[in-house]
Formats: sequence, structure tokens, C-alpha cells
Amino acid sequence: MAGNYNWPPMESRRQMGKSYTRFEGIEKSTGRAKYSSDLNRPGMLHAMMLTSPHAHARVKSIDTAAALKVPGVTGVRVVAAAGAELNWVSQEIAIVAANTEQAARDGVRAIQIEYEVLPHVVKEDDLSKVGDRATPAGEQVTGDPEKAFKEAEVISEGQYGIPVLTHCCLEPHGQVIEWKGDVINFWPSTQNVSGIGGDLAKNLELPATQVKVHMDHVGGGFGSKFPSDRWGVEAARLSKEAGGRPVKLFLDRATELNMAGNRPSAFAKIKMAAKKDGTITGWESSSWATGGMTGGGMAPLPYVYVNIPNKRLNHTAVKTNGGPLRAWRAPNHPQASFLTCAAIEDLAAKLGMSPLDVMAKNVAWAVEARRETYLQQIKKAAELSDWNKLWHRRGDSGSGVVKRGLGVGICTWGGAGHLSNCNTTIHPDGSVVVELGSQDIGTGTRTIIAQVVAETLGLETRDVKVNLGDNAYPQSNASGGSTTVGGVCSSSRIATVNALDKLMEKVASSLGANADQLEAVNGKIQVKGTPGKSLAWKAACQKLGTQAITESGRNDPRNPRGLNTQGVGGIQVADVSVDTETGVVRMNKLVAVQDCGLIVNPRLAESQIFGACIMSICGALMEERVMDAATGRVLNPDMEFYKLAGISDIGEIQVHLMIDAEQDKRGIVGLGEPPTIGGIAAIANAVANAIGVRVPMVPLTPDRVLMALEERRA
Amino acid sequence: MSKIHDEMDEKTRAKGAFSRRGFLRGAGVASGALGGAVLTEEQAEAAQAAAQGPGAVAISLNVNGKEQKLNVEPRVTLLDACRNQLDLTGAKRVCDRGTCGACTMIMNGKVVYACTVLAIDAQGRQIQTIEGIGTPQKPHPVSTAFVNNDAQQCGYCTPGFVMAAKGFLDRNPKPTYDQVKAGLGGNLCRCGTYVGVRKAVLEAAGKKG
Repeated sequence: MAGNYNWPPMESRRQMGKSYTRFEGIEKSTGRAKYSSDLNRPGMLHAMMLTSPHAHARVKSIDTAAALKVPGVTGVRVVAAAGAELNWVSQEIAIVAANTEQAARDGVRAIQIEYEVLPHVVKEDDLSKVGDRATPAGEQVTGDPEKAFKEAEVISEGQYGIPVLTHCCLEPHGQVIEWKGDVINFWPSTQNVSGIGGDLAKNLELPATQVKVHMDHVGGGFGSKFPSDRWGVEAARLSKEAGGRPVKLFLDRATELNMAGNRPSAFAKIKMAAKKDGTITGWESSSWATGGMTGGGMAPLPYVYVNIPNKRLNHTAVKTNGGPLRAWRAPNHPQASFLTCAAIEDLAAKLGMSPLDVMAKNVAWAVEARRETYLQQIKKAAELSDWNKLWHRRGDSGSGVVKRGLGVGICTWGGAGHLSNCNTTIHPDGSVVVELGSQDIGTGTRTIIAQVVAETLGLETRDVKVNLGDNAYPQSNASGGSTTVGGVCSSSRIATVNALDKLMEKVASSLGANADQLEAVNGKIQVKGTPGKSLAWKAACQKLGTQAITESGRNDPRNPRGLNTQGVGGIQVADVSVDTETGVVRMNKLVAVQDCGLIVNPRLAESQIFGACIMSICGALMEERVMDAATGRVLNPDMEFYKLAGISDIGEIQVHLMIDAEQDKRGIVGLGEPPTIGGIAAIANAVANAIGVRVPMVPLTPDRVLMALEERRA
Repeated sequence: MSKIHDEMDEKTRAKGAFSRRGFLRGAGVASGALGGAVLTEEQAEAAQAAAQGPGAVAISLNVNGKEQKLNVEPRVTLLDACRNQLDLTGAKRVCDRGTCGACTMIMNGKVVYACTVLAIDAQGRQIQTIEGIGTPQKPHPVSTAFVNNDAQQCGYCTPGFVMAAKGFLDRNPKPTYDQVKAGLGGNLCRCGTYVGVRKAVLEAAGKKG
């Protein structure tokens, strides 16, 4: 028994694999869950920021004297002094703390500032108009693309684009912070409980030990909430200057959308060479993207079909005066999936083939480990979407005004468990607590940890207390990259097995057996397979006398002991109806087929996929950060024009998780990101299939759909 | 930007009556999407009391059946008064302009976006927040149904959704699936929990709360 960390066999699990509702659910749905933005500390100050109204400017002068005279204002900190260059709208200039939000706002308004406005570039859709903002990455050639295109039986070409999106977390970025004496108490809204304190300390040039991080809940992050940020650093200083009064600073919605993170755009001209049977023989792409002044991310092309033998790849990063990019749920993958799958769909249409057949035909170009999975998934997705009955050749969708179409998208992701440490304590009264410096970002982290620990100890989940959200707990990495479930389940399994082994050593003699002959099942410690020779859990724990057992466990990504692994695929099929008179696209159905490794809680896993699908629907049909070339401003830094799908916009969503013995054997694989990847491609392709013409740019808003139809007629 | 604000303030002061009435009418339109107007025009006229502010004024709010005295500037919204002064933080400030529904409360039986109601104008009305309809120990059936159907992930939109669903079910105790989709259209979720919300509202329909 000692050190046997393997997951119990699938068929004998009692807690893992069950669809428990989330532990903190009732706190959230009764409004009692306290997010950091909900905290009202005694004597708390409110802070607001003056941010740049210009996309590119220099601060000529700044005078805060009048702001300091506003009644209620306690302090002002300038972060962009005279001479500072501002590179995007909403870049931080000064921060005002006051007794009330209203006074802070008045203080911001009282700051006297002059700008020298400088030229800006905010749009990148037309690469010929970005001037010196373009930085080519250099050409990559594999095989002999020239020959491949010369010998091609069919060549398909297209241009596709996907704009910058913003994370639009409902809880904005920010924190409550209190710097009193040597200690900073920090209540951020973060995906990075264990790491954000050290980041703040580094920015303040303090020892990391001085920062105490606490956070019970976070209102969305999606990749944008890892660092302590300028507003965290300055709020800390304002607190110190105010004698340790706590300072609350959360971004207003416009600032949040303007600059607290975005997903880079991606555009590409793609040319494919193929045989008449659909085999892809060559690929050429020229792609470009922006994510602000760093130039943006690079969508990995060709996506999934990485081993297409003859390739020519060019990429250009474009620096624009927009807020800086941040990681977004599967960085660069949704863009790459859309660009690649759109090109494949266009090729299939040209060949008169089903895109599912073209995808299957070319599966040899995917990494070997995923090929069989993709073939299974294509088959399943076809079945669930009624593909064979509903799919038709492009544009062959009848004479009515409303056209129906199907389309497909594909994904791949890693998702191995991250570095995670856990302490499990068994108390003499039988109570059990596990502690991890992790966070529950809405994924059900608390719930799945309790399931793992209860499974290991033969208890019920209600017998286990899970403590997260404090950097005093053992370090567990940030929640990013779909790494959390694998990491925390593995570390809590190891810690709990270690603690249980210690308990068994203590009770073995009273059961007349060796520790390695014991098992923990059904609330008892018993001799294996002999319920008659047992001690109830509490009675067993009483043998500890006065000393609790605390044991630690660590998931080391270099040696995950078979508890977690990486690598998934996924196929999504969209079924849409398009009104060719109004251009409105309606979702009928989105089918998501996903391999998933070992699933700890099917309900929560399914919820992740529902959410990912809905995020894809938003991205395919609604979301876009709209930039104004003349003023350099974001035209929709709000929620009425930065559109998200509502409850009536999503159609039916059908999730198929491949839960079976083969998957289970693999151990846990992260699931937060992969299902966000293929949906945009699937929906865009379904629209092309329905209306007979490619709408080159997502989101597929009515104007774009009508324009594409118009161009076809012309 | 600040110049525009200053000019606006001048204008407001000069005309006196303009902005409040216009704002309230606008607010009513905005919350119409949710099914309930904030104030009728007549009520707005009646509310044209002597000028108040710009400093803090003493007001009294009836929240969850309890009369609460507080000092707020006239520009403070009902949402901010509840969150910052009464520590009723279930309602969230997300869009802060009547779009997303995260701040949903029930006022005189009607569902409102609390970010578009001024605290001073909420005087004399029965205000119900999420804290007033149940507790974790004794939850409202809608809250329970949200848990049962996993209609929440990060949970930041959830209290607003629960209040909107309660208000909707109070008026439509036996809704159809399509009515649920139309009736809850005034709330937005970023994690994508709508599949669960649809099921939750149908489950809670007809249960007493």
C-alpha cells in the first residue's frame, strides 16, 4: 500500500466520477460568496485612475494640486509623469485615492494635464496600410512547396481574418490592498494565488514573505488575471501613504475592456495544393496579427495538420496602439483553428467533398498520437449532428430565404497537470483538511479535490474541508493552460495517500494486521476485503491521541506518476440557419466531441464544455473590439456594443465526452481550453456551407454576411 | 472629456429640471429590456423635489424589509449605495450602465437594474436584493435550482440571474422553454452557463419562494 498513488480502478471508484454539484454553489447563488471586489474593510479608501484618452501621446505636463484639494481625496500617485509616452487608450497616468468613489472620481477630473498627441496606428486588417509597424518573422520552408503547387490537381486560395477580442471578465481586474507596517494584505481578483504576491513584492522591491494573498472567489479570468499589475502596485503605495488604510481599486468597465487584456487578432492568406481525392500536398500561408505594441501572437499554422509535407510560412507581427494582449483561453489556438479549418472547408467545397472526409483523409498529417482519436471523433460528431442527412454541398441549400448549413472545426491541446503542492491533515477527531495555494476560477476546483480526497480515505466529500485561496498554503501554480485539475488532483492524491499510510501505521496493531494489509473504504479502516475486522473512521483517528497527521504531496510535472498526462483532440460541428435577407445567423446546434482522459466530475466537465462552446458562439457571431482609425479609440468598450451572446442566442449544445476505460487509463488531462478552440471555425464554415460563399472575416455579423452575398451576386 | 462634463454640469444647473427627468426616462427605457420600468413619467414628475446635493444628503431606503438610514450624494446609484454602504454585495457592478443584469434587484415587485436607479429615487420603495430572498441555509428555490443544474461557474453574474429569474417566475409561474429564453434575455454571463440557467429556471418554476 505504501506509496501506491495510482488512481483506484474506474469500476471501484465511489467519489471520483460522480457528478456532484459544486461545493460553493449555494454561496454563489444566494449572493453570499465574497469576491475581492465585494470587500468593505474598515476605513477603506476607494481609488480611481486617470487614463490616457489618446492612442498615442506624450504627457506634456501634469499637475495634481487641484486633485489633492478635492474634499475627501487622500492621495494621488502619478505613474506617467511629464515626458512619458502613452501607447494606448486607457494607459495608466495617475491614481487617486479618496474616502468615497465619488470623491476619487472628482479628484481624477481635477488633474490638470496636457498632451502632445502623436500619430497612431490602430488597425491591422489591411497589412499594406500599417507602414513601419510591421515586423516580418522570416520565412519558413519545409519540403518543396513550389513543386507541390506545380503538380497540384487542385489549388484552393482564401483570405481569412479574426479580430482582437477582449476578455471582458465580469469581475474587473483590481484588488483591495492594505499595507500596514511590514505586512501587505492583498485581496486580488486573480488566477494566480500562489504567484501574485511574489509578483507584487518584486514590483515593490520587497521580500515576497511580506505579501499575504487571500482570495475566496474570482469573477472570471480566462487567462487575463496573472500579474499584480500597475493598479495593484500603486494601490499598495497609496495604502502605505494613507497610514495603512485599505485601498480598493477595481477597473471601470471601459478601462477593463480597453486595456486589461485582449486576444490577438489573426489574419492569413492561405493557399493549399491537393489531389482530387482530397489529399493535401502543399500549404502556403502569409499571416499577420496584432495584440498591441508587442505585435501579437502567432497562430500556429497549419493547425493540427502540422506534417503537411510541403510548406511555406510567413508571419508578420503588427504593432498597434491598442491595449496589450494577455493570454486568452487557449492562446492562439482558436485563431489557428479558424484559419486552417476555413481553408480546408474552402478546399473541400472546391473538390465537392464533405470537409469531414477531407479532414479524415488528411489525418496522417496530424501527430501520430492523435490520429485515431480524430477519426473516432469525426465519426461521433457526424452521428450526433446528423451530418449524413443534413450536410449538402456548399450553397446547395434550397430556394428559401433561410439557408441551413453544417461546418466543422478541430482542436488540439496539452493540458498536463502543473506544479502543485498540497498538505493533507487528518485530525484525531476524524476531520480532514487539505490546503493548496490554488484557486477555484469557476471550474469546480474545490469540488474535485474533495472528491479525490474522499475517494482516497473512503469518506464522503462532505467529510473533507478544502482550503484554497491563500498564499500561506503550499504553493500550487496559476490556473492557466488547462493545468489545474491535473495538478491539484495529483498533489492532493499523493498528500492524502501519504497521510492515510501514517494513519494505518498507527492503527494496524489494534486490527492485528500490518499497515500494508489495510484499506480505507466506506468510512472504515479495515483489513483488506474483511469488513468484520475494521475500525470506524473516527475510532481509527482517535488512535492518534493528541497529534494530527499532516503529510504533503507534490505533483511534479516532470514525473506525474501516471496520475495526469497531456494531449487531447476534439471535433466540433455547427448547424446554423442564415437569413439571406437580413444576414442574421442563428445557431441550431453545436456538437462538441472531446477526448478527456480520466474525468473526476462529469457534470463539471460538461459545464466547462458548454461554456467553451458559448464562448465560441460569441466569438463567431458577435464579439469584436472595434477600433476607430481616425481617433485611435476603441468604439465599444462597454457591454451594449461589445456583444456577448445571451441566453436565447446559443441554440442547442450537445457535448460528448469520451468517457471510457481507454481514456481513463491515461489519467487526468486538462479540459478548460480545448473545447474553446474549434467552435468558431465550425460556425464560420457552417455559414459558408449554408449561403454558398465564404464570409472572410469573423464575427459573422449581418453586415458581413450580406456583403459576402452581395459580392457573390456582383 | 472633463470639459464636456463641466459644461453639462453648467447646463444642468441652469435648466434645473432637465437632466433628472431625461435621465429617468432613459433609465426606464434601458431597464425595459428586463420587463419593468424604473419610474413612470408621473412618478418622475412627483420626484421633482427641491434641488438636492451635490453634497451627501440623508436618505432612507427600505431594503429587504428593513428601513436603512444613509448619507449619499445624489449621483450615487442604488447599486453602489447597497454595495458600499450597506455591505449588500450580492448584486455586482459589471457594465454599470444597464446592459448585463449583474446588479438586478426587485423594486416594488418589478425587476430593475440597480446601476440605473439613483439611491435617492429608490426612497419609499420596497427594495429586494438577493440577500433578502434566502440564505445558504434556507435558500430560495431559484438559488437551489441554480446549484442543482450547475447554472454557474465563476458565479459573478449569478446573483443577478437569480433575481431576474425570481422576478420572471413571479410573473410567469409556469413558463415554457421559449418563454424562459426570452424572459432571461436581460442578463449576460461570460463563462457560458446558459444551458444550466435554462434548466434551473424550469426546475424552479412553480415552486414557492
